[in-house]
Amino acid sequence: MPILECIDLSKRFGKTAALDNVNLSIEPGRVIGLLGPNGSGKTTLIKLANGLLTPSDGEILIDGEAPGPKSKAIVSYLPDKEYLPDWMCPKQLMDFFEDFYADFDRARAEEMLARLGLDPAQKVKQMSKGTREKVQLILVMSRRAKLYLLDEPIGGVDPATRDYILDTIIRNYNPEAAVVISTHLIADVEQVLDEVIFIQNGQILLQSDVDSIREEKGKSVDQYFREVFKC
Amino acid sequence: MTWDFRNDLPIYSQLIEQIKLAIVSGVFAPGMRLNSVRDMAAEAGVNPNTLQRALQELERQGLVFSQRTSGRYVTEDTNVIDETKRALAQGQLAAFLDAMKKLGYERAEIIALLKEEA
Repeated sequence: MPILECIDLSKRFGKTAALDNVNLSIEPGRVIGLLGPNGSGKTTLIKLANGLLTPSDGEILIDGEAPGPKSKAIVSYLPDKEYLPDWMCPKQLMDFFEDFYADFDRARAEEMLARLGLDPAQKVKQMSKGTREKVQLILVMSRRAKLYLLDEPIGGVDPATRDYILDTIIRNYNPEAAVVISTHLIADVEQVLDEVIFIQNGQILLQSDVDSIREEKGKSVDQYFREVFKC
Repeated sequence: MTWDFRNDLPIYSQLIEQIKLAIVSGVFAPGMRLNSVRDMAAEAGVNPNTLQRALQELERQGLVFSQRTSGRYVTEDTNVIDETKRALAQGQLAAFLDAMKKLGYERAEIIALLKEEA
């Protein structure tokens, strides 16, 4: 059974269709790139999957059910904005996550913080932007979730942080879980992905394996993307 | 070892090529235990499923083998390694000869040039 499924899914804001009749299905054990230019509907889709928006038409199902308390227990979400309360430190944040999520693996979070040499007592307010992004990612990836929805995890971070993020995604790979990474920086993530979904103007243009695209087109997904979305 | 991927080929086939090279050149020595798929994938910066498929293909070709409980190893059969090395060398030779022919060289001239070079 797919972990995420969209059936004739549409979302309109006034007269604008942010998502227009989207059908797609994501299986466990896959790392998927949700790729599209700015304003294509990536964040809308992820917000719908998290129950932060409700569909105008059609359905979105997580593990066979509409988003709700049950889906939130199995979906680990990294928003595209910083959302951690800035008066808290990683230790308090771990307490917080432990309270909220039964699947939070504290030992794993502590190990990742230690590996990066981060101080569990430093307040978020005092951290650099890159460090805050790392802490957010560590918290999100330390849940033993069935679906990870990472909205622009590599936008605006330095190359070393980006490598760390991708490394974390690979090391936390679990055949029972799917990871969805939304981004427009394809070249950076391409090697880590099983599959890509191209989205434009709220519509799905393509869902395909990375290596099938490389095989058929003789070019990287990044190069192919630039061709498809040429301005 | 360092991993390097080109844009115009599937990552799967490039993984196979690079692991083969590591085996025939002795970087991955006969009988050596390979890291777990997860660690190897992280090291190469690639998708674990893609690496898994590449390793299965190498297993099918007899270059690596799995032991159910303890992991994956490079073959100890030096014949298989030598054959692979030979096949890779033939591929390089064919590409070289092809490039030289395009430059207008005949076989005898190529051989003469090679001798000079050596």
